[in-house]
This record gives sequence, structure tokens and C-alpha cells, in this order.
Amino acid sequence: MWDYSEKVKDHFFNPKNAGAVAGANAIGEVGSISCGDALRLTLKVNEATGVIEDAGFQTFGCGSAIASSSVLTEIIKGMTLDDALKVSNQDIANELDGLPPEKMHCSVMGREALQAAVANYRGEEWQDDHEEGALICKCFAIDAVMIEEMVWANKLRTVEDVTNFTKAGGGCAACHEDIEGILERVLKERGETFDPNAAPIEAVVMEKKPLTNLQRIKKIEEVLESLRPQLMADGGDVELVEVVDNTAYVNMTGACSGCQMAAMTIAGIQQRLMEVLGEFIRVIPASQMHKVAVAAGG
Amino acid sequence: MSDIYLDNNATTKVDPLVVDAMLPFFTEQFGNPSSIHKFADGVAKALKKARQQVQELIGAEHDSEIIFTSCGTESDSTAILSAIKAQPNKKEIITTTVEHPAILSLCEYLEKEGYTIHRLPVDRCGRLNLDAYQKMLSDQVAIVSVMWANNETGTIFPVVEMAEMAHAAGVMFHTDAVQAVGKIPMMLQDTKIDMLSISGHKLHAPKGIGVLYLRRGTRFRPLLRGGHQERGRRAGTENTASIVGLGKACELALEYMEYENIQVKAMRDRLERGIVEQIPHCFITGDLNNRLPNTTDIAFEYIEGEAILMLLNKAGIAASSGSACTSGSLEPSHVMRAMDIPYTAAHGTIRFSFSRYNTMHEVEEVLKVMPGIVATLRKLSPYWDGNGPVANPEQAFQPTYA
Ligand SMILES: Cc1ncc(COP(=O)(O)O)c(C=O)c1O
Repeated sequence: MWDYSEKVKDHFFNPKNAGAVAGANAIGEVGSISCGDALRLTLKVNEATGVIEDAGFQTFGCGSAIASSSVLTEIIKGMTLDDALKVSNQDIANELDGLPPEKMHCSVMGREALQAAVANYRGEEWQDDHEEGALICKCFAIDAVMIEEMVWANKLRTVEDVTNFTKAGGGCAACHEDIEGILERVLKERGETFDPNAAPIEAVVMEKKPLTNLQRIKKIEEVLESLRPQLMADGGDVELVEVVDNTAYVNMTGACSGCQMAAMTIAGIQQRLMEVLGEFIRVIPASQMHKVAVAAGG
Repeated sequence: MSDIYLDNNATTKVDPLVVDAMLPFFTEQFGNPSSIHKFADGVAKALKKARQQVQELIGAEHDSEIIFTSCGTESDSTAILSAIKAQPNKKEIITTTVEHPAILSLCEYLEKEGYTIHRLPVDRCGRLNLDAYQKMLSDQVAIVSVMWANNETGTIFPVVEMAEMAHAAGVMFHTDAVQAVGKIPMMLQDTKIDMLSISGHKLHAPKGIGVLYLRRGTRFRPLLRGGHQERGRRAGTENTASIVGLGKACELALEYMEYENIQVKAMRDRLERGIVEQIPHCFITGDLNNRLPNTTDIAFEYIEGEAILMLLNKAGIAASSGSACTSGSLEPSHVMRAMDIPYTAAHGTIRFSFSRYNTMHEVEEVLKVMPGIVATLRKLSPYWDGNGPVANPEQAFQPTYA
């Protein structure tokens, strides 16, 4: 069975705030029955102060889904909606002393239920850009959908490319056969054939004095600024959330978020960044930050 | 209360008599059976005896039809790969949608290599349609591989009849009998089954020992080539202690065959009836009239299996689940999907599998805690409202994204 932390077990065996809140004025329902995890979050928000006075959950799911739901309600009770929205799935996982990589999606589900509930309260429609595939790389918790998108967007050809762009396969290497499977499929759809001995993409391998992190962030901001008019013309926008080593996390907002083209747009931004900065940069939606954070945590 | 083990389809405890039979082969009789000195003296004889004990349990005609392997998975792979290598012109394989991954993953791999895989579907009770099977048989088919009994539901397939049909069409027939051997009486010499897989750890022998039964005269290509062990059909120095253990386990399985089908079955039936009577909205999956005597697989609607297992584990009870979460995949068990069990039930399936070591007292203990466990989780479920499921569960709760 899973190696759950004591905190996870405690929240599972003694869940807090189980059940629907009476007189709730914010409801979020997210999850996927086919995947076996779904959650309804009910909140009672004080209309004058915007403070979450009560929170309750109803969850169909495994031990970590129930524990994530329970801990989420504990975290957000007493917060204002704006503060609650800042709670990331990583915060949820941290509060549980971590989750196994296969189970990180349970914390993502918690955060999404919260976003959905807040949107419901504010009379907005919450849209989800989240798509999840089978977990391929267990070391870095990268799923098939993410790999496939990156292969399409960046015209990746080799396992090494995939590792460079997504980190998948960079650990124990046991998933290389699965990654090759994805490459074979996508390359076939592109009308190419997979060649295990092909040279990895080299366009971005530059030998220059490395940038300091501050320089890097400044340059990234400049590039995003230069791209912004174009994005806004399409009714969208982009915001830099965090830069960790050579990875830039961005929030796609407006028409860009969740749209079919988001992945393509991100790829375009990545390409432009690499050209300007002259080094390998990876651009990842901030919503996927957890996947990499797990990696950092071992 | 000591812990209750109801996960015998996953693996079983090694019988103490099996351990006793094995021990001398680690320390005293440690010689290589191929050597010519007294350290090896008894070893070759012991292997022969074990071969005969296996032979007797499955009713094989000759003891040379027994090939020892390292596990059930190796036996399955050997059978299928042998059939396609021995008949390179035949590019089709027939199997079912509910096989163990030992067969299914291999078939997926062969599919990528250009083989055509026919996967027989099952109905909601997990049964095959033999007319559909008949239509798939042709001279293009290298091998049929159909499990004797399903590891999740215990459903038994009519493999003896299916082997006859394959034989009539000139097609080789293999059965993964890992779950069936020791629980169902067999007389292979009266059948047309060409190959059959056994795994020791499912019948109170150790893990890491298996058998491939290979009917005399069946064309064969070894998976492992090297020394002359197993008459050149499976090279590698024999796992002597485990082979001796498996032999003993087969002897015991034969002795307990009646007990398995009467007493063990009675425990299973008592548990099943007790659960269905006490707990609303649960049902037994598989072919109720045609199952292994030791297995029951029960779907508890509106709750999820891993959560049930965690609460059972806390109560000292070991079972297993077909839920996605226990395997780390996103889909519930392929067996449940193949039977078209709705997602709200498929994720909540729990398999209880018995052995001769269980007692009726243990069944009563499980019956005491099970209703509370299910009720606890249903209280948390968005599909549940007070004493029953919400009206129109699929409409009442519609989470975003599917
Ligand atoms: C039906 C079936 N086939 C094959 C196997 C694999 O056997 P082994 O673990 O010995 O490789 C199992 C065990 O889980 C099984 O249940």
C-alpha cells in the first residue's frame, strides 16, 4: 500500500469538516469519476467581509483524496476568499507532510475545488485547463498528456529531448520505454518515424556565460512584455509567476487560459525566450508547478 | 484479535510442511542436481519426485510434461513466445480482455511488433461468448491464451471446451491456470490443452517458482537457452528447494481439494451472504454460478476501494481492491471495465480471497466491521445522502472535467 504520512492517515481516519455546510453560498464540484476521485466543497462566506466562515467537503475517493479534502477545509476556514485563492496544491500537500507522486493529483483536486467554489460564489464560470494522463515518470510525477503536449509543441524527437523539456525520464530511467512509445505515436501522426539514435534537439545548446538568476528574470520579463500586445490582441494575457533555475512558470489568463492553443502559445513563448536569452528555458503553466516541486522534494 | 488474511489470490502463506520439505535443500542437499557426487545425490531424485507431485495434481500424462520456471509470468511468456516462434507464419493471437497483465502486456507488446491480437470481450457477468470465439479461430492464429480462472472475480472460463475448439481448428491452446490449480480438480491428459501455467505462491509454495505444463508433442521453442536443465527447455540451474516445496504443496493441494471446495467455499459463501444482507447498494461481480470456491469480489457503490482497504487494514483485515488508486493508474481494474461495471461501483470493489488457513470465526469478525466501514465512507461521499444514494446520483453530482 502507499507510504502515507501520519498526517495523511490522521486526516483520513479522523476527517475534519466532513459533510455539506448548511446554508452554503459557494459550491465547487470537481474531479473525475472515471479516475475515481471527485470532490464537492461547500463554503459559507460572510458577504460583508469575504471571510470563509465554514467549509465542508464530500469526497468520493481514496485515502489521500479524503485527507487532502479534509486538510483543505482546515486551511481555508477563517481566510478571506482572496487569501484562500493563494493556497496552492503544494501548500495542501505540505500541510499533509507530503503525498506520494501518484497522489499529488489529489491535492490539485483540492485546489481546483476551491477555485471552482470561489468562482461559483462570485457568479463566474470556472474553467479548467487540467487534463491528466497516465503517470509515466514516477520520479518526477510527469504524466502522458504533459509529455505528449511537449512533444507536439516543441517537435521533440528523442527521449533525451523529452527529459530536457519535461524532466520525465531523468531519474531512474525505467519509463524510457513508455516515453519511446509516446514518441513513436506522435511522430507517426506527424508523418515521421521514431529513430532511437537521432541526435537530440541542439538549437538551444549555447555556450555562453550563464546568466545570473536576476538577469534571467529581468530578461524574461522583457520578453513577456514584448509579447504582451500580441496576446492581448487575442484577448489573453500572460503573467510570470516564478522562475526556478531554467524553468519559468507563467499564468495564462483571459482567452489564453484553458484554450486549446495554450500549449502552443506557451511553446511560442518558450521559443522566443530561448532565442533572446540564448539558453535553454522551459515554460510551464503555473498550474503544473506541483509536478516539478515534487521533483525538487525528491 | 490477530490479523485476518483474506488476500490469498495475491499470494498465500507457505505451508509449514512445505517449509520442512525445503529446508534440507539449502544446507545438506545443496548440490547441483547435474553434479556427480554425494552432495547432489538426493537432489535429482527430489526433483523427480516434485515433478510427479505436480503431474498428479494436474493429471498430466507424463512427468516430463512439467517444466519448472521462475514464476507464473515466465510460464505465460514462455508459452506465447514459443508458439509464435515455432510458427513464424501465423501472426494472430486470441486472448480475452480480462487476462492477467502477464498475458495482456505481452500481447500489447506483440501488437506493436505487428501481431494481430483478438481480445474476446466478456458480458456483465464476466462470461465469454463462444460463438464469437469460434469465428476468430483460423489457420492464421498461432495460439489461444485464455485464463482458467480470473484472479479478481474468480470467474471460471470453459477452457476445456475452448481447447477442443482450438484443437479442431489446428490452433495451439494455452491457459493461465495460476488461480485455478489447487482449487479446481484437473485431468489434463483428457483435454486438448497444450500448455498451462502454474505459480507456486498461489498454492502455499514459495514465491519465485512456477511451472509450464507442455503437452508431449507440442512444438516448442525455449525462452532461456543455455544448459540442458529441464531437458533443454528451460536453461538455468534449478531452484531446487523451491521445486521441492512446490511438489509438496501440490501434494497437499490434492489432499485439501475437497476441503477447499466444501469448507473454504462455505466460508466464502457465508461472508458474501452476510455482506449482501447487511449492506445496501453492494453487489457481487463475476459469474456467480461458475466461480472459484475461495473468491468473492464485491462492489460497494458510491465509495472508493483504497479507502475501504485502509479502514479494513486498521481493523486488522487484509483484502484487495480493483480501484484505480491501489494500482496508481487512472482507470479502475480492466476486469471491472470489461464487465462494464459503472465507475461509481468499479472503484469500490473489494476482493476477499480465502485459503484453508481461514476460519469461520474470522468471517464473523469481518461481518462485524464491514457495515460500519462502508457507512463511514458513504457519509463522506457526495453521492450519498443520509440513508441512501442521492436521487439520480449521476445528475445530482456532476464534477467538472471527466
Ligand atoms: C492469473 C494470474 N496469472 C499470472 C500471475 C503471475 O504469477 P507470478 O506472480 O508467479 O509471476 C498471477 C499472479 O498474480 C495471476 O493471478
